[in-house]
Parts: sequence; structure tokens; C-alpha cells
Amino acid sequence: MSAAFRLTDSTLRDGSHALSHQYTAEQVSTIVAGLDAAGVPVIEVSHGDGLGGSSFNYGFSATDERELVSAAVAAATTARIAVLLLPGIGVADDLRDMADRGVQVARIATHCTEADISEQHLRLAKRLGMEAVGFLMMAHMAEPEQLLAQARLMESYGADCVYVVDSAGAMTTADARARVGLLAERLGCQVGHHAHNNLALGVANSLAALDVGAAQLDGCCAGLGAGAGNCPTEVLVATCDKLGLPTGVDPLRAMGVAEDLVRPLRPAMGVIDRAGLLLGYAGVYGSFLLHAQRAAARYRVDVGEILLELGRRRVVGGQEDMILDVALDLARQAEGSREPRGAAPAHRAEGPA
Amino acid sequence: MALSCVVIGSGNIGTDLMHKLRRSPSLRLRALVGIDPDSEGLARARDLGVEATADGIDWVQAHAAEIDLAFEATSARVHAANAPRLREAGITAVDLTPARLGPPVVPSVNLGDHLDAPNLNLITCGGQATVPIVAAVAGASPVPYAEIVSTVASRSAGPGTRQNIDEFTRTTARSLEEVGGARHGKAIIVLNPAEPPILMRNTVFCALPDGYDEAAVAAAVQGMVERVARYVPGYRLKSPPLFEDGPFATPGGPAAARVVVLLEVEGAGDHLPAYAGNLDIMTAAAVRVGEAMAEARVDHGVPA
Repeated sequence: MSAAFRLTDSTLRDGSHALSHQYTAEQVSTIVAGLDAAGVPVIEVSHGDGLGGSSFNYGFSATDERELVSAAVAAATTARIAVLLLPGIGVADDLRDMADRGVQVARIATHCTEADISEQHLRLAKRLGMEAVGFLMMAHMAEPEQLLAQARLMESYGADCVYVVDSAGAMTTADARARVGLLAERLGCQVGHHAHNNLALGVANSLAALDVGAAQLDGCCAGLGAGAGNCPTEVLVATCDKLGLPTGVDPLRAMGVAEDLVRPLRPAMGVIDRAGLLLGYAGVYGSFLLHAQRAAARYRVDVGEILLELGRRRVVGGQEDMILDVALDLARQAEGSREPRGAAPAHRAEGPA
Repeated sequence: MALSCVVIGSGNIGTDLMHKLRRSPSLRLRALVGIDPDSEGLARARDLGVEATADGIDWVQAHAAEIDLAFEATSARVHAANAPRLREAGITAVDLTPARLGPPVVPSVNLGDHLDAPNLNLITCGGQATVPIVAAVAGASPVPYAEIVSTVASRSAGPGTRQNIDEFTRTTARSLEEVGGARHGKAIIVLNPAEPPILMRNTVFCALPDGYDEAAVAAAVQGMVERVARYVPGYRLKSPPLFEDGPFATPGGPAAARVVVLLEVEGAGDHLPAYAGNLDIMTAAAVRVGEAMAEARVDHGVPA
């Protein structure tokens, strides 16, 4: 029986945020082997912010992502390995290197109104013989018609699929349905949906997307991921099973990967606490959460205030440096005109920040 | 005596540059050179009494005897084609495109090093905004790794930048090493579509090895910001330099700490709106380079 949609598991990419990009090659091998055995068709592996994301701004990877990707390719028997690339962070040479390592799917991500910066990379992915996926992030910030125009650009560059990406976990089910539905109706290529769980709608929105024509969905084991986490892979698979929607993935094995391989890593996120919920409520890029928590602790300001102010400033994905800017502004406000550097004693940064 | 110059390219950058050049005491704008007779930029030039031609590089070559300096505000591809013809005509090229045919120049850092070069390249807006800070830090401490994040308003990023975003990141990263003096450089560019448009923002992270002198680094950064602000008045620190303890495992080696410099660049609003500090810093740097050449020729007694 053919699957109702194609599942991409992003535990080893989006989930990497929850582990501050500290995955080891051994962990990657084990998780890929588990997902592969469960029947997951596509597994994404990269720094959380995509190829080249290892940086001061987004956090340094403990292990070079090239090594992690090679470990993933070696551990997969039937699953295709995917990578994420954000133009402006990663470059074409990174993609070439990944093709050489056996990566078969390139997902090229831009802010939802900036699709034209993906042309070089989508075209290159196709030239390299990879499947090319366009990834329109923070899609809640664009109206459906505007999103369609951007998706059409990606399709014109050769994308085999364009994703509606709810990076902030800010979409209601109606929001997801309107965007995915319009794209599915009007594009010639496939449409995907990438859901976060800040409003506890990860699975519901994925199912709604499926209902209006999505051909690809994303999840992360144990709901790992930026912000309050992603749509949990094993929950999505189990729910689809109950609904009679074939996924090609064994629900019990998927639960096993989440329980036995991912939860023991003690990820920092995946709960809808106040900060996690605020991301979805204020429409803030999920990956900002851990960085905002660190800045809040260091400069003694409220993490919720930071997130709300980032939302007001309409900061987009990639602008992690603005977290520091906002934290300093808030510290200044709180302490009158005192210089913020003296506001909190310098302390050892949180490992690789 | 003033140097005679032309601006090649009648788009937004060329038009903004025209406005700035008209104010320069040592640069005399001979013409704005385009290829489209109906271009808005050429019409503006005519309104201002500046000679405007749509005959492109051919016009420049035909008038070579009257021209010392050409500012190239076209595209990397066009400049690659124009550069040999300018050189043959004995015209110095100040290149605002990412063609990178000549040495990379940041006025506040290495202006004096390349004034005799036939072709000087202004890197990228991100490079103009961040290399000075890296160079300042590198003057006070070794910098094993420097990383910059440049965020510009979507509306200020033209099709050239968008289609060549890889070249932007790579060229900027390289300039952090070659001109800034970092052992390893990384550049990130982000486009932000918020309305009203945001001012250009730049964040510079420099890794600092053990034993760095915080006061010396902070003073060097402050001094450099003042230097840049002399030719880019809207260039300013958003916060005092921020020192954070590591350790950090950077691609350039381990670092005990990092300094974070948050910058904002507001444009002068000559032709481009004030939010487009990224474009303003390029045209302002170009004028600064041209003026330095004029000064150098006077000093050397070369008839200008």
C-alpha cells in the first residue's frame, strides 16, 4: 500500500537545537539505524540552522556536520538522507560536498518572503542529481496568496516540493489549512508541511495539511526541536495508523526510537512551558528559545519579555544576534542609564554557546 | 585640483553616489554613465545639471582624456567586461560590485595601501561595515576567528545581491581574514522584510585568546567606530563592546572569550532611503577612496 504522505524525520536537524548541536557521530548512527529500521523514508541531518550553521551566532557543533552526515549515510539502508541549507548561512560548496557524501535530498530554506535567494541552491541541487525541496520558513507571516507567489518562484527554480514551514509554531489549524491548501491546489510540484508544537497543534496541523493535499510531512522523535518542539514523529505515525492512513512507518518501532534512543539524550526542550508557548503566541522563530533563555540569565532580564519584544520587532529566522540586542536594551531599561555590561557579572558561557 | 570622475551605472547606487560626489571638494563629477536612455537615474542627473549619457563604456573610452577615475556601480559581470577597457584608457577603477578584480579596500583600514592600484574593490556592504571592527580588535589582540552577521532590509537588497548571495557571504568572509586580520572568518547575511524597513544591522563576534586586554580591545573598537563615522555619519555602536567568557571551540581554534560588537548603520538619505545603510556605506566608502586618491596625487605632485 502506498503511503498517504512521505515522512521526513528531522530529529537530527531541527532536533539538534534541543541538544545545542552536540550530537555525536555514534548517536547519529544509532538514531538513523533505528529510524531506518522503522521505515522512515527520509532522515534530515545538519546543524539545526542548516549547513554552515556552526557559529557563534547559532552555537558551535560539537562534531562537524560533515562527519555526522557521513555517519548517517553509512547507517541508512533504505532511508534517504536529507540536509538543510539556508542561503546566507550555508553556501553552494557545502551542498556539493553533501552530494559527494551520498546525501539525496537538499532542503533549501528562506524566510517566507525571500524565496528568490534560493535560486542558486535549488538549481545546484538539481544539477547534482539531488531531490530539491524549497522550505518557506515563518510562513505564518505571509498571507496565503503571498506565500503562493513565493512558492511559485521555488517551483520555477526546480523544487520538487515546497514546504509551508511553521517555524514559530504560530499557526492555528485554519492558518495551516489555508496556506497548504492553496499551494497544493495551485502548484504543479508537491507541497509539504513542517509543524511545531508551541500551540500543541503539531499533529493536528499536520493532519489538516494532509487533508488539503500535503504530500510530505515532517516530525521529530519525542517532539524534539526548536521552541516547544516539533510535531512528534511517533505520535503522528501512531495517529495516522489509527486513522487508517498508511505511513510506511512502524508505530511501535518509531516509539522505540523516541523512547530508547532520543529521550535518554535529555534534550532541553519539547515542553510547552510559558516561554515555549510565547513563541507560538507571539510568532517568534522557535530556535531563539535556548539563546533567549541564556541571554535572560546572563543579563538578568525576563525571557518572556525578550520573546515578546522579538515578536514586536518582527525579527526573522537567522537573527539570533538580535536576542542579545533586545536583552541589553531590556537590561538598560531596567537599570536606568547604567551600562549593561556591568549589570551582571561575566560568567562562564554555557559551553559552546 | 580636483580629480575628474564618472559613475558607471545609473541605478540606485550610481544615483546615490552622484549625489555624494557633487558635495565632494576634491572630486569633480564629469558624467553619470548608463545604458538605458530612459533610466530614472539619468533623468535625475540631467535635472541636476550633471551630464548624463546612455552610451555606456564606449562614452567613457571616447572621453578618456578627461577622466581620471571611474566608479563602477553596475554588476560584477559588467565590471569584468569594463575593467580592461578602463585600464587601457588609463582610468582608475573604484569597483562597488563584487567582481573583486583589484585589492579589497576598506577606507578606515587599508586605504593607503592601494592608492596606486589601477582597480580597487570595495568588497561588500557587510564587509565595509564589519571589517573595520575586526581590524580594530586584531590590532589589540590576536583574533583566531571572526564572525559577522549582517541584516539588511529586504527592500534594500537588489536582484544582484539576491541571486548572488553565496558570493556575498564568501567575499565578506574572506575580507575578514585578508583585510580584518582574523585567522578564520565567517559571514552570515539575513534579509528582513519588516515594514517599515529596518536599519542595516551588523553584529561582529571576535574570538579572544587568553590574556587579552579588555580595555585595549574596547578602546580600539570605539576609536574605529569614530573613524568610520567620519565618512559614514550614520555608522554607530548600538551598545558598548560586550565581553563574554567562554571557552569557545571556534573553527580558528579555542578561545577564552569573545567580544560582541552590535552596530547600526543609518543611511544619509541622499537618494536612497535612510534604512538602506548597507547601500550608503558603499557609496560613502567609494567617495572616501576617491578623495584619498585626489589627496595622494596632490601630495605626489601628479597633475590631476
